[in-house]
Amino acid sequence: MPILDARNISFRYTDRPVLDGVSFALDAARILAVIGPNGSGKTTLLKMLNATLFPDQGQMLLDGRDTRRWTRREIARTMAMVPQESPAVFPFFAEEIVLMGRFPHLGSIAFEGKKDFRIVREAMAKTDCLAYAHRRFNELSAGERQRVLIARALAQEPKVLLLDESTVFLDLKHQAQFLSMLRELSRVQHLTVVFVTHDVNLAAQNADAILLLYNGKKYAIGTSADVLTAKNIKEVYDVDVGIDSNPHNGLPRVTLFT
Amino acid sequence: MERDNGFCQEVKVEKLHPFVRPFRGRKIFLEDLSIYRRVTLSRVLSISALLFALFATVCLASLCIGVVAIPAKDLLAAVAGALGVSPSSPSEEQIILLNVRLPRILFAGIVGASLSSGGVVFQALLRNPLADPYVLGISGGSALGAIIGIVLGAGAFCLGVPFLAFCGALATVFLVFVVAGGSRGLLLDNSLLLAGVVVNAFFSAAILFALSVVNSMELHSITFWLMGDLSGADGKEILLAALCLLFGFGILYAQARKLNLMVQGEETALQMGVNVRATKYILLGVTSLVTAVAVSLAGIIGFVGIMVPHMMRLVFGSDHRLLLPAAALFGASFLVVADTLARTMIAPAELPVGVITALCGAPYFIFLMRRKGRG
Repeated sequence: MPILDARNISFRYTDRPVLDGVSFALDAARILAVIGPNGSGKTTLLKMLNATLFPDQGQMLLDGRDTRRWTRREIARTMAMVPQESPAVFPFFAEEIVLMGRFPHLGSIAFEGKKDFRIVREAMAKTDCLAYAHRRFNELSAGERQRVLIARALAQEPKVLLLDESTVFLDLKHQAQFLSMLRELSRVQHLTVVFVTHDVNLAAQNADAILLLYNGKKYAIGTSADVLTAKNIKEVYDVDVGIDSNPHNGLPRVTLFT
Repeated sequence: MERDNGFCQEVKVEKLHPFVRPFRGRKIFLEDLSIYRRVTLSRVLSISALLFALFATVCLASLCIGVVAIPAKDLLAAVAGALGVSPSSPSEEQIILLNVRLPRILFAGIVGASLSSGGVVFQALLRNPLADPYVLGISGGSALGAIIGIVLGAGAFCLGVPFLAFCGALATVFLVFVVAGGSRGLLLDNSLLLAGVVVNAFFSAAILFALSVVNSMELHSITFWLMGDLSGADGKEILLAALCLLFGFGILYAQARKLNLMVQGEETALQMGVNVRATKYILLGVTSLVTAVAVSLAGIIGFVGIMVPHMMRLVFGSDHRLLLPAAALFGASFLVVADTLARTMIAPAELPVGVITALCGAPYFIFLMRRKGRG
């Protein structure tokens, strides 16, 4: 049974449909990249997946059950989301931010125990942010903040991880570290990953499958070789690209002609 | 937002008291200096105990201070007399202590705690460090209710004026909710804030109108109410406010971890397992109730609910499991001190306590705004 199963979902904020009959299924331990031009419905699709919004038509199934029939806590124990940015109005410390990831696992009034602190520390070690665990979140650089937010998502111990442009602020080293961590988590702990990105090469190199959205519709889904063709990209993005294969792993490589 | 490491290092070396630091020049950020310590149950309990001891000390000191100064040793005698240990008839001092000062001090503590914890919750929910307990129009609405009560002579009935003030406050909160009600059922925090500001401005006009048409006797009691008056409460009213505070604070404290998440944004809170809508309605409802009770009995006492949460956040961090009790207890102590000043500074006459809190609060508020502009 697929862990994520979108069945013909449509959604509109006003009159214009943002998602229009999108269907796809994703098995556990797979990595899916969602790409598409601005306004193609990528972020709204993520909101459908994590039950922030519910489809107007169609069904969104998580682990075989309609997302409307999950409680908030159940969803948060199964699925974590890394937002692009987080407001830093009040001065929380980095470790406090990551500790919040333990919320769905504890009661409302409870204090975190030894186990929670261990999980939080491990998550922070994985994203290389232990060094500033004791610093204020709002003093950190954008990349450092992003690593804290990724650690918070990992502290939720999810089965599904959703990422919204989560690598944009990371430097090369941390981007590489993060992507190899994702692949390892997916291999070892069967973590399912869905990431939204504008970087088609990032998608080509790291995803098992790519979903290409265009005007709220599923334009193509499949392996990177199937989806990332010069013809598809010309039609969806209206740019000319050259596509060859990466000499290291044979995956498609997209070069923008300007 | 990004600052280079050299700068942070430089700031970390500074070891100044949090309340001294603002005067040390622009480049120093207050938060940089407090050191991270995990929030545990034992830390919450010990800090609460410490702040309760502060509150008790402040109360005892305030009991001794006044037009009639009562030395600490007489305090003990008076208490013994009240408990029936010494058989003599109640002395004048005893009456002052137990019938005048003690109720007033307790009432000040309750109102201070209500306003401060209300401030904590409103600031977190609206994600705005400059929000206060009156932000949803609670002050304007209850003031109008109270004025109507005073003009109609409701003071003749038990709880007459406070009851009307309370109705005014709740009606206004309801109105603000309706005005600000966002699409798709979630209240957008900005529109809530704006609706509150607009409604408060409207009521200010109505209050000014009322002030210009009432007679001078009514004018005096209205003015005192508008600036906060802790002297008038009787035993029943104090008990009522205390019960509301205890009950309300219990509910608020049970939501403390959810509040931490709500501060990170409503969508994030939702994705991390908080039932945002229900939590928001519970918090707004209970907080409005607790503040409305305090305001309807004590009048409008400004700045306590904005200043105290801030001070506590600077000292103890932003985790609401620690922040809520710290703000409530410190707010209680703060208002007792302010009220003691109010009744002694120009003795035998009295200042409205709101004057004292505004005198401390306005400079602090300006300082906060300047700091916000920099951040």
